[in-house]
Amino acid sequence: MSESLAGAPALWRHPEFRRGAREMAGVALGISAWGVVAGVAMANSSLGTAWAVVMSLTVFSGTGQIASLPLISSGAPLWVVWATVLCVNLRFVIFSLQWRPYWVHLPLRWRLTVAYFSADLNYFTFVQRFPRPEPAPEQWPYFWGGMIVNWGSWQLSSLLGIVLAHHLPMQWGLSFAGTTALLALTYTMVSDRATWLAAAVAACAAVAAYALPLRLNILVAIAAAVAVGVVLEHAAPKKSPQKVAA
Amino acid sequence: MSTVELVIAIAGMAAITLITRGFFFLQRAQLPVPAWLIEGLRYAPLAAMVAVVAPEVVMTQGHLITTWKDARLFGAAAATGWYFWRRGMFGTIVAGTAVLLTLRLTLGW
Repeated sequence: MSESLAGAPALWRHPEFRRGAREMAGVALGISAWGVVAGVAMANSSLGTAWAVVMSLTVFSGTGQIASLPLISSGAPLWVVWATVLCVNLRFVIFSLQWRPYWVHLPLRWRLTVAYFSADLNYFTFVQRFPRPEPAPEQWPYFWGGMIVNWGSWQLSSLLGIVLAHHLPMQWGLSFAGTTALLALTYTMVSDRATWLAAAVAACAAVAAYALPLRLNILVAIAAAVAVGVVLEHAAPKKSPQKVAA
Repeated sequence: MSTVELVIAIAGMAAITLITRGFFFLQRAQLPVPAWLIEGLRYAPLAAMVAVVAPEVVMTQGHLITTWKDARLFGAAAATGWYFWRRGMFGTIVAGTAVLLTLRLTLGW
């Protein structure tokens, strides 16, 4: 993969760029609704509009921002703020293990770029499009297409939320729109008995462990689903030879 | 928080987000991860998604809802129905949200 790809006109003219943008556009619409809600939360905190915008641009992580706002407002110690952000971001560590085979050969600056932009939705759509964990030339334009749509719609919608914070009726309706978008994305991932079972287990685990602080119930749900997945793989061995090493 | 503290806090949050997102690919060296775990992690994105969605639909203030008269249940059902009927993302969002708004505004569910 040549370095000149990024930023060059060839990148955004690539058909995979459009495909990445298109596949992100549908779900980004729902996520924009969440972006607006997050923007409202930022505006209603003691952060102030200017700092809210700075945070939204530098910390491109909706959950991290929303989790840290009340702590910053209440003057919590820095390490508490950071530990909180770390905990809500732990799922990204798991995702990064799966990103690795696609990006590890890139120069460091592009890997840093990927690390900054690779939010949940980029990961979800990307692993759907490229299930085989090996590099391919279409991946870079596909990633950029989705990334620009996701980043742009999140930034625009959270900015909208910051500006309109005190004029928005029915914010629960907006956040439910975000939930339905994720619901639809979930359905694109369930295909067979194993995935339905893993999804059911994850749902129960997430609800049962909801009382845990810092959204750690998400990690519990991932652990439970992965455990189910591992058991299923071993109970019904595939015909293809097992990979020896990653 | 003072401005200086705020700048430090935000810079730290940005760094933590960057490092967690790139944890396994920012360095070239391969960390030892067993093959069975990598196989099992195929279920991680699905689980993460479900873990966000499920409480949003069936919980209120940290407790499982005890009534079926909750507009979110019907909104989620409508979204599900639309998805398996038409498969469109946009239609799914509109169908689910429309049912939620209708029930909440007319029946107060």
